[in-house]
Amino acid sequence: MTTLTAILVLGVIAALFGALLGFASVRFKVEGDPLAEQLDALLPQTQCGQCGYPGCKPYAEAVANGEAINKCAPGGEDTIKKIADLMGVEVQPLDEAHETDNSPKVAFIIEEDCIGCTKCIQACPVDAIIGTTKQMHTIIADECTGCDLCVAPCPVDCIEMIPVATTTQNWQWDLETIPVVQIDK
Amino acid sequence: MAFWIASSPHHHQQSETSALMRLVIYATIPGVLAQWYFFGWGNLIHIALAVVTALVAEFTVLSLRHKKISTQLFDGSAILTAVLIGISLPALAPWWITVTGSLFAIIVVKQLYGGLGHNPFNPAMAAYVMLLISFPVQMTLWQPPLSLLALDIHFVDTLSVIFSGYTPQGYSVEQIRTHIDGYTMATPLDTVKTNITMGLTVVESMQSATIGEHFGVGWEWMNAGFLLGGLYLLKRKAIHWTTPVSFLTSLFVCSFIAFVISPDSSASTMFHWFTGATMLGAFFILTDPVSGATSVKGRLIFGALAGLLVYLIRKFGGYPDAVAFAVLLCNMAAPLIDQYTRPRTYGHKL
Amino acid sequence: MDSVIERIQKGKFWQFHGGIHPPEQKFLTCNKPIAHMPIPTQLTIPIRQHIGQAGELVVNVGDTVLKGQALTRANSPMSLPVHAPTSGTITAIKAMTIPHPSGLSEPCIILTPDGEDLWQQRKICPDFQLLSKGQILEKIANAGIAGMGGAGFPTQVKAGTLAKIDYLIINAAECEPYITADDLLLQEHSPTVLDGINILDHLLAPKHILIAIEDNKAQAITALKTATAANSKVEICVIPTKYPSGGEKQLIKILTGQEVPSGVLPSSLGMVMQNVATCFAIADAVINDTPLIKRVVTVTGQALAKPQNFWALIGTPVGDLIERCQYQNQKYKHLIMGGPMMGFSLPHDQIPVVKTSNCILAPSEIEIASPFSSTSNNEVECIRCGQCADACPAQLLPQELQWSAKAKDHKQLESLNLFDCIECGACAYVCPSQIPLVHYYRVAKAEIRQQKLLDIKAEKAKVRFEARKQRLEREKIARAEKHRKAAEARKARMNAGTPAAKAEKSAVAAALARVKAKKAQTSDQQADAVAPEVSDSKKQVANAIARAKAKKLALKKQGQIDDLNTLQSNESQSSVTLSQAAPANSEQKAKVAAAIAKAKAKQQRQSLATTPEPESNATSTLAQNKPQVEVTNDKLAVNENEQSDAAQDNIDRQQKASITEEANTGTVRAANEDDNTRKAKVAAVVAKAKAKKLAEAKQACSSQDKDNLATKQHAQQPTAQQPQQQAEQTSDAAEKKARIAAAVAKAKAKKLAATTHKSQPLE
Repeated sequence: MTTLTAILVLGVIAALFGALLGFASVRFKVEGDPLAEQLDALLPQTQCGQCGYPGCKPYAEAVANGEAINKCAPGGEDTIKKIADLMGVEVQPLDEAHETDNSPKVAFIIEEDCIGCTKCIQACPVDAIIGTTKQMHTIIADECTGCDLCVAPCPVDCIEMIPVATTTQNWQWDLETIPVVQIDK
Repeated sequence: MAFWIASSPHHHQQSETSALMRLVIYATIPGVLAQWYFFGWGNLIHIALAVVTALVAEFTVLSLRHKKISTQLFDGSAILTAVLIGISLPALAPWWITVTGSLFAIIVVKQLYGGLGHNPFNPAMAAYVMLLISFPVQMTLWQPPLSLLALDIHFVDTLSVIFSGYTPQGYSVEQIRTHIDGYTMATPLDTVKTNITMGLTVVESMQSATIGEHFGVGWEWMNAGFLLGGLYLLKRKAIHWTTPVSFLTSLFVCSFIAFVISPDSSASTMFHWFTGATMLGAFFILTDPVSGATSVKGRLIFGALAGLLVYLIRKFGGYPDAVAFAVLLCNMAAPLIDQYTRPRTYGHKL
Repeated sequence: MDSVIERIQKGKFWQFHGGIHPPEQKFLTCNKPIAHMPIPTQLTIPIRQHIGQAGELVVNVGDTVLKGQALTRANSPMSLPVHAPTSGTITAIKAMTIPHPSGLSEPCIILTPDGEDLWQQRKICPDFQLLSKGQILEKIANAGIAGMGGAGFPTQVKAGTLAKIDYLIINAAECEPYITADDLLLQEHSPTVLDGINILDHLLAPKHILIAIEDNKAQAITALKTATAANSKVEICVIPTKYPSGGEKQLIKILTGQEVPSGVLPSSLGMVMQNVATCFAIADAVINDTPLIKRVVTVTGQALAKPQNFWALIGTPVGDLIERCQYQNQKYKHLIMGGPMMGFSLPHDQIPVVKTSNCILAPSEIEIASPFSSTSNNEVECIRCGQCADACPAQLLPQELQWSAKAKDHKQLESLNLFDCIECGACAYVCPSQIPLVHYYRVAKAEIRQQKLLDIKAEKAKVRFEARKQRLEREKIARAEKHRKAAEARKARMNAGTPAAKAEKSAVAAALARVKAKKAQTSDQQADAVAPEVSDSKKQVANAIARAKAKKLALKKQGQIDDLNTLQSNESQSSVTLSQAAPANSEQKAKVAAAIAKAKAKQQRQSLATTPEPESNATSTLAQNKPQVEVTNDKLAVNENEQSDAAQDNIDRQQKASITEEANTGTVRAANEDDNTRKAKVAAVVAKAKAKKLAEAKQACSSQDKDNLATKQHAQQPTAQQPQQQAEQTSDAAEKKARIAAAVAKAKAKKLAATTHKSQPLE
């Protein structure tokens, strides 16, 4: 009889707590961002396609579905770390196939060489190139994500990726880079 | 000629962490002297033993971690920890108690958490508590003041007891601790606690030989010595006044309230102040910046909490003294206290 | 508010949190008068010397300019002009190192003075009260005045505020150690500074004017008191010395007890603060029409034998100043622009003095052995001693900021109010662990700013990417719609029933058929690709078949040609023999001809009978698989064999014919043993050989074609009828050619015969 009571009491308690938990999970449900959205927010939005996906959003969706997290070359280690944090997985080194110099760059068209073929305009994922057929093209530097995609299609190789210059506005307080003039007296 | 690039401010008040640590170590001298005067060589031997062990342990771990040994080994933090361990151990505890305690303090409590500045607990107190729980017999071998001993104990005797358990004449620790009248001597706190459980009043307990004229033979002077050292530290601004003041006030208030309510079963406020490790805790342990709270408000809360805990454990706990436990509990609470006592930034509303 | 003034009059002030008392070191320069710096050999004038945008250049290289002439023009509210500090020639406009912690370069105007120091024309305005506020502000703006205390905020923006101002605070605190520029300026030029203050009073109409000065500047305080004795509106507030009491927010707290809310300008609290040097510059600009071309610079430090304050022209190289103060050579040259707490190291000594440079500090090695240089490594772990938090005038938690900065936890940094840090350096000054705290904060601030910019850029890129995707999608839909509409229009036209429509319809059908065939072919090719081994062996077989066929055909052709030749020779012969009258032969000839015709007819019949078969096969089972095709192939081969049999027959007959011919000729020879006839015979044989050769060549060509076709045929099994036809066509063509050749040969032979006939009588 005692055993029965004990089982009964425990069973009732278990049922109660179960119901409580169930209620809590419904009542306090957190409407979080879908994972892909959160991942997309971490990606650098260069839309470069170096990961093998046509843009950042598709890669974010792929990562949400189990794709490797180390394919974003422009984002580099920082982005991988953030994604790893979000996904709760181990940080991986950048995929070697996707390993590139990810210092910020901006595309530049050598305008005298441009033949106006519009191929780069079609390649640009963010419509940052203006120009039309048989007319010289130019890049809106502010809009350029430095994704590199316009370089390959150019038939006359007139597009260069130039590193973004350090100015007093974007200087990161790196004292080591200050050129100290040596004066021998 | 080369130009020199530095980040501002270019000026610095030239203070160093190691100097701060040194100052704290110097400040323990009055207390340690009192301890030596009343309890003999025991603690000095333990201090020396602890310092050596701590330095060896620190050196080993630092070299394993590929840290800069020259600056970090002698930054004083390990020595200070060792000194505090040496002071707090029973004078006649065996040598391996000190060694184990120092190793635990340096390797586990300090270095495994990331070294100086990263340990959440005070290494000396964590080691003390570990020893107290693991080796209760050895850790309660309190030696009564020299004046109350039946035997004359000298440096050689103490050394021999610590390393072999017996004096050269063949007396064991228990024999040393035994009063002429044939009963084992305890600390004043222990005596009061035991007497109260036996139904005696505090006033009656105060007649005990260990307590002597005031609050415990030797203990009162030892605490006075640490108070003196603490005041020196305050004067040199090596420690902030908030924690000791708040701790002592809290302990005073707690014991006063209890004394007012039931004077028979409660010791006086000054008894609480001047026995046990009160002053050592107030000025040398609770003020450890690494494991304490940082803001002024936080330190006030931290000290008050420690005072309350010390009183509660002394009064209701299983152990006679409570500073080590109270410190560890407060260390745990420190991050939370810091979180909720952030100062209001200029130009911001709370 | 009255209580505020009462408190100040009683000499009571509020206190800001924290603060430090670094060694002042002002005695080095505070008792020496301001010296005048001679005009240097070259002036470097950065075109941007304040917070905001650079002005637009109005001079060119080679231009001669007069003292005070504007070199740039302000083109936006936050831009300021710069002026020629002396007369001379613009020798270059190029990027030079500017006085900035980064040591980076920005465009500078290089002016080579001519030594004349000729002023441009100035209009002295003795009474500014006559000018309107707008005019005064314009004068201030045109003089290029920016806050001279260090930040360099355009003064006309501050002085032109529309807010109601209660307090105009003149900052003469000068809390940084070493610096005495403002102190000396007040000692020597208090009346002019007061003029400037009066101008600001006129512009802003504040209720009270507070001049804040630290109590360590006794002489300046006396000078100020004498100068302002007559002015009851001005209160001189002698505040206790403590760093950083000269900070705008800290000074406001000291004087009024109010705190400027984070991210808000003091003018919203009814307060405006100006530096004393700025007041002097305002007075100079408004009254004397003198733009900001010189300033007081404290050149100090124990590395100098004679530290002193100078009136230095904007653009004077720092090297000239320290040379003049007799710089003692040090192993390491450390030059600091600004004070020891907030100044920055200079990478070389040719950096110019600008509007915001109040001090050049050249410390000796023992004096300031900065623990925070990029090379020294005294930093140890933070022990949470909290001294930094006690020193922080903004009541921040430097130790927590430091951890978050090291962990790059930008969110936490912002929640700890990192951007309220004024970078005064008090925390790093007191830190016993010698952690370069301020440097960590600066890096973190720069990173956060950069990250915010990147985030904005990323967001923009995302929007543009999405927009592009939508555009492409739209264009695709539009294109599809266009095509659909065009197709509909065509259909409608075709269904109209006009003959043109019908023609179009058939053309479309033909095109569709073509496309279908092509598709089928490609699909088959794909199938081939799937089983290359099989197809290879098949190909080989087919090739072999084709080769055999070609050979047979060639043989057949040859036979035909031989036939023709014999015919022709027969003809020629007969033409010869006819004249000789040999009727027996003609019968034989006719027989041969009949046989040939028969063979030809048979061949034709056979080919007609065989070709439809694979055709029907192919058409009936378009999707038939290989073996079936192989079957048809075999059939074809069989047909071919039949054909070749027929050809063999032909050849046999031809041989017979030739035999008969031989016989003929033999009879001819026998009949008339004439030389002529022999000649004709020779000619005929020659012609025959020629014709044969030609035919052979043709055949080689056609057989090659056939080979090719055979391989093609194999690939194009379903459309077997096409190459078959082609093969037929080509063989037809070869036949035709052979026939033509034969005809030519015939004609030649005829001719020859004729000539022989002709020559005969001649003989």
